Amino acid sequence: MASEWAELTPEEKREERFKRWLSPQGVTFSSPKAEKAYKEKVTRFASAFQLKEADRIPCILPVSNYPAYYAGTDLRTVMYDYDKLSQTWLKFLHDFEGDLDTFIPPGLVPPGKSLEAVDYKLYKWPGRGISGNTTTYQCVEAEYMKPDEYDALIKDPSNFWLRTYMPRVFGALKAFPQLPPLTSFEEIAIQSFVPFGLPDVQAGFQALLEAGRESLKWIAVVGAIAAEATAAGMPGIMSGLAKAPFDTLGDTLRGTQGIMMDMFQRPEKLHEAMERIAPLAIEAAISAANAAAAPVVIMPLHKGADGFMSGKQYETFYWPTFKKVIMALVNEGIVPVLFAEGGYNTRLEVIKELPKASVAWWFDQTDMAKAKKVLGDRACLMGNVPTSLMMTGTPKEVKEHCRKLIEVCAPGGGYILSGGANIDKGPPENLRAMMEAAREYGTYK
Amino acid sequence: MSGDFANLLADLKEDEVLKLTKERIESGEDPMKILDDSREGMGVVGKRFAGGEYFLPELVFSGELLKQVTELVKPHLKQAVETKRLGTIVLGTVAGDIHDIGLNIVDFMLDVNGFEVHNLGVDVPKEKFVDKVKETKAPIVGLSGFLTPAFDSMKETVEAIEKAGLRKDIKIMIGGGQMDDEVRKYAKADAFGKDAMAAVALAKQWVGAS
Repeated sequence: MASEWAELTPEEKREERFKRWLSPQGVTFSSPKAEKAYKEKVTRFASAFQLKEADRIPCILPVSNYPAYYAGTDLRTVMYDYDKLSQTWLKFLHDFEGDLDTFIPPGLVPPGKSLEAVDYKLYKWPGRGISGNTTTYQCVEAEYMKPDEYDALIKDPSNFWLRTYMPRVFGALKAFPQLPPLTSFEEIAIQSFVPFGLPDVQAGFQALLEAGRESLKWIAVVGAIAAEATAAGMPGIMSGLAKAPFDTLGDTLRGTQGIMMDMFQRPEKLHEAMERIAPLAIEAAISAANAAAAPVVIMPLHKGADGFMSGKQYETFYWPTFKKVIMALVNEGIVPVLFAEGGYNTRLEVIKELPKASVAWWFDQTDMAKAKKVLGDRACLMGNVPTSLMMTGTPKEVKEHCRKLIEVCAPGGGYILSGGANIDKGPPENLRAMMEAAREYGTYK
Repeated sequence: MSGDFANLLADLKEDEVLKLTKERIESGEDPMKILDDSREGMGVVGKRFAGGEYFLPELVFSGELLKQVTELVKPHLKQAVETKRLGTIVLGTVAGDIHDIGLNIVDFMLDVNGFEVHNLGVDVPKEKFVDKVKETKAPIVGLSGFLTPAFDSMKETVEAIEKAGLRKDIKIMIGGGQMDDEVRKYAKADAFGKDAMAAVALAKQWVGAS
């Protein structure tokens, strides 16, 4: 089987993955009607990704932690109470059933107790670092990797992660620098066990075990929610996450300040590190896609946006390893959905070099008319309904905005109506208005 | 020579700038002049950023260079540095949001364009904005935010300024990430700026300096 898979072309692989998405294994639909709806929805998405016209454009409602607030509770509560997590997401699923082309289970709502068990420092979440009524968790950017640690990262990323990076972002693992490199275990291991006996090191492992136990409870709940949605005829669309290597280094290792200094002071090391990170990102994304039905990996993009760097810097530092990750996924038959936060107007001429109908660009504030002109015959487009409109506008305004967007982006196929970014709060009527627009203005036949 | 120094800094010539700084200090030159030249150089960096020639990496790197120059010069300064300013601005990322990349760009650009900036940092409670406005008598407040929770925080911050009886005397601008003119209306701020150049233009207009 494995060798047969390897012999398929990227197109054949994608065809296989789309088939699996259309007829997922181990799913019992709640009714023939649900199964029919599921297949219609998958067909809509698959057609859009392939720049083909289905019955109408598909729509992804721009909700992230929204179901919690819709049900009258908040992110903090559902991060700690999995029963509430389940109730709120299922309430949203069933209240909006007729208005959903896809349903996003709370896989991105992390279990608070796991994060607490390891004393996670990379993120702040409601009640932990930021006010309990904040609707999102947020990344704490800092220099978790020092400028002189590039060689250690490049030489052995796993060792760097375990003994240098993880002790800095997980407070509970602060003693892990005392662990030996795992490759240094002696043939007849005697001394190598010693560090594992140290009380601080043991406390670190205990914390990991606790985080693991808690996460198992959580994933069972998330899995059950996802299964109920699929059975009800709602395909998932997000199977995995990957990042551009520049963002991995710039977001959570060197920080913005650090990586931008490195562009001047140690560009070769930066390039080398990104090349080292790319295959790690690829491997993780492929295995996530293999484990789920939808052949889709989302890549949230940060530091290559308009204004962050010049065109030349983008082409020198950002694009090469980003493209490497994209193409590795494409060659495995996976559709990378490239979520460009902010604007990407100055990058369109660079990114259009990707093979036709291989990726989807999910734009936040990019000029969609321009994007359609430059990329329209090459890539599926998504996004651009503003969060501000969804949260503060009227249903009429939302519907009208969507109508105009559809008019620009839908012709010829290859558009998925979706938000510029996601919302956590706002009038539910606005979500329904968005779906209404897809149904009324987004038909092809 | 002073023009050269400013240009070297603006061109981000790290080694030359630091070498020349040391030489000028050793020659017994008034350290204030070195700082004046640095300011001139940073002004050029700001212009290049506004003109689309420089981007964030250049701002970060020039800021680092300036820090190094200032550290070399500081021990030799006899009097405190006083620069004439166009006006005072209180700046910060609103409560519930911890993002500062955009905030710091705006800070940088307002500073090199002659404003005295009081940057309160991130996740700033509304009371802190009010207190700082009272303390500095700043006529301008800049509210930064990246994510959607900032919508309500901006609204609440503007309301707190209003409640404190300060609203009629000050102008409030917002910007960052998911902010736009819709949010400006929602928060009842005076203006939305799409980037740091817009922030400078608004500030200049509001103090009558444009």
